[in-house]
Formats: sequence, C-alpha cells, structure tokens
Amino acid sequence: MNHAAQSTPVTGHAAPSATRPAISVGIVGASGYAGGELARILMDHPGIAQLQVASAHHAGTYLHALHPHLRPAFGHDPIRIVSLDDLAPCDVLFLAQRHGMSMGEIDRFARYAPRIIDLSADFRLHDPQDYPRWYGHAHADATRLATAVYGIPELHRSELPDATLISGAGCLATAAILGLRPLVATGLLDQQLPLVIEGKVGSSALGATPAPGSHHPERSHVVRAYAPTGHRHTAEIAQELRWPIASGSVSGGIAFSATAVELVRGVAITAHAFIREKLTERDLWQIYRQAYRDEPFIRLVKERAGVYRYPEPKVLAGTNFCDIGFEVDPHAQRIVIIAALDNLMKGAASNAIQALNCAMGWDETTGLRFTGLHPI
Amino acid sequence: MQMLQAECPVCAGLITAHDVLVGEIIPCRDCGAELEVSTIEPFTLELAPTVQEDWGE
Repeated sequence: MNHAAQSTPVTGHAAPSATRPAISVGIVGASGYAGGELARILMDHPGIAQLQVASAHHAGTYLHALHPHLRPAFGHDPIRIVSLDDLAPCDVLFLAQRHGMSMGEIDRFARYAPRIIDLSADFRLHDPQDYPRWYGHAHADATRLATAVYGIPELHRSELPDATLISGAGCLATAAILGLRPLVATGLLDQQLPLVIEGKVGSSALGATPAPGSHHPERSHVVRAYAPTGHRHTAEIAQELRWPIASGSVSGGIAFSATAVELVRGVAITAHAFIREKLTERDLWQIYRQAYRDEPFIRLVKERAGVYRYPEPKVLAGTNFCDIGFEVDPHAQRIVIIAALDNLMKGAASNAIQALNCAMGWDETTGLRFTGLHPI
Repeated sequence: MQMLQAECPVCAGLITAHDVLVGEIIPCRDCGAELEVSTIEPFTLELAPTVQEDWGE
C-alpha cells in the first residue's frame, strides 16, 4: 500500500505570496513529541500545501492516535502515517528522530527533499571531533556536517535562505545562548571565570519513549540533578557563544548543570556571568534592547511588580517565545541572567518552523503567533 | 497636543505621554516601573514611591 498517497492537503489558506507558492513538507519521526508539534503547526501553516508524516514504527496508523490534540477538525481529513519507504519527494523534510539516527542516513533523506531541517543533535556541532567527546560516538558524515547551519534564526538568519541542511538546537542550549549572547558580545565578561549556567527542564525533553527515570512515580515531584557536569549542550553553548571550554591552560569555561523539575513542558536557565567592570541595570537594558529590539520572539521580562517579574516557562507553553530577564548583583561582580522557553517549541519544533519561514522568505512569525495561556 | 518624551529612570526606555499632570503616575512599558511626573517643562519623571510588598518568597 502506498501510504504516500495519504498525503494530506492543507486547505483553506492562501499561499504566503504569489511569487512564493505554498510548498510540500514531510516529517520523519512523527511519533515523538517534537514531531507532533511540528505537525500541529504545519497543518495550519499558510505556506504549506501538502503535509506527509512518516514513522519507522507507526506506519499505517493515524497521527491523532499518537497525538490526540491532532484529531481531525475543520473539515481536514485525518493524517495517516506513512513508512519511510513510502515517503514521497517534497520541498522540505523535517527530521524529528532520536539523536544519532540522522547522520548516517542524511544522503538518503536528501534524495527526498532539497532542504532538510534536522531537529536532532546530529548536525549541531561544527567540529566532528566534538561528537566522540560529547555524544560518545564518531560523526558519520563530516562532509554534510560542514554544510549545516545552526538553526537559531536570531543567530544565523542570513544563512538560512541558502541552507540545504539546517540543524535544530538543544532546548537548554537555546535558552542559555539567547540569554547570554548579548552580554558575552560586550566583551566585558571576565573569561578567567566560568559562565555558570543552571538549567531546569521538564519531562517532555526526555522524549516520548518511556524510560525508568520517566516512570511517573519516579519522575513526578522530583528536583533531580541529572547532569551536574558534562551535559551535551555545553558544546553548542560554547560554540555559539564563542566561549572557550575550560581545558589545559584555559580557565573559566562553561560550567553547565541540568536539573529535571516538575514540569511537562518548559525550560528555565539561570546563568551567572562575572564582569570585569561595573555594569548598571540601565546598561543591561540598553545592551539587551540593542541586541533584540527587532526580534519578534524575544521579550525582555524584568518587571518591578506583579507575580511574573522574570521569565517563567509556565506561561510560555505552546509559544515560540524566549523570554529573557537579568539583574545586577549589588554584592558581587555578577550578572544574573534568566531565560525561559517551551522546550518542544522554541527549544525544538516552532524554532524549526521559524527557521523554515526565514529560509523561504516568509513572514518569520507565520504560524507562530500563539501567545500562550494564563492561567495554565 | 504636544507629545512629551522622557527616559525611564530605571531602564532608560522611552516614555511618551501627553495631557499629563504633575504627580500623575505613568507605568514604563518595558520594566513596569511606576513613574511619577515631576515636571512638565521640561518633562521629567521619578520613580514613584510604593508600599513595600511581601512577595511571599
């Protein structure tokens, strides 16, 4: 049976423009949480004419059997998942598979689509030598790796239109990088001291495959330090901040720790950066305003009143925002940075669609204007 | 009507206002600071005094 024939037209929307017609897209790895969120956004995206979803283990089943929030509505037909062999050629292919699965098969996937957006870690790090160190295995395709663009649009927007391989970014890394980058760029930080980053993350970041640690009685109500040191995202944080990892004679470095907390969705990082010169809060406002004033998905959150004075992932669920706040420690040469996002959205699926919008020359916010829920 | 402009004394954000009186409270759209109009000409703002709040944590 050719499940590719089950590709589902997304109707009811005009193409983004007459000169840039709507495109066909595919998702490989549709059973995972990020794959489901990709499908949710793409189903209602005005730039998408055809959407097909594929899975190695769930071919033949309906997408809404795995993702109940995607039950058919508004006259859309249900989407049936196809096998990888039945995937039809398309304009853009999203890969939402587990880490390590894309790098060995990227040539195969490139035959399906001229542009690939891979949400895994397989094409995030520029240096193939970093893969044994941080991921425990060699990289299978250093040639392709050299062509990949690290797909946070706020960092690499201008490279996306010509990119044939766009890499997603780590959820914790995205929050840390976006939170710290303007401050690092000032050159005012003391590189002899580390950037200390504490990341808190919800359970969906572990993925849809059950594990002993995700079993409800074990996972619920924890504040579990699962990577006090050595977290894989350290490598991409260092790469994108251009901040050296401590080794040999290099002191300072990135001191990153990750903790699992009682959230399903959400990431919050608290970073501590040490400055050589005194900075005021007005200085920080100006530094961050200058960096992000034109960014549609970055908001500066530092309010003097109310309950939500600093970034809070709870109210970002389902959105593509990364909220950033900061404070000067009056008792130390320290700046505290807080950044929050939804790990499945700005930390994965919606960030990838923001990258698609940039690559296609569409309005960057297309399909991504949901502003969140309160209370939730 | 003349549009008045001043800088937020807390975050340096741009504050715009018109038809305001001395003593009136204007919130900063960026940092949320409650700002009190000190003078109209020139247009100046000061951080308004607030009752200290027990934030609970």
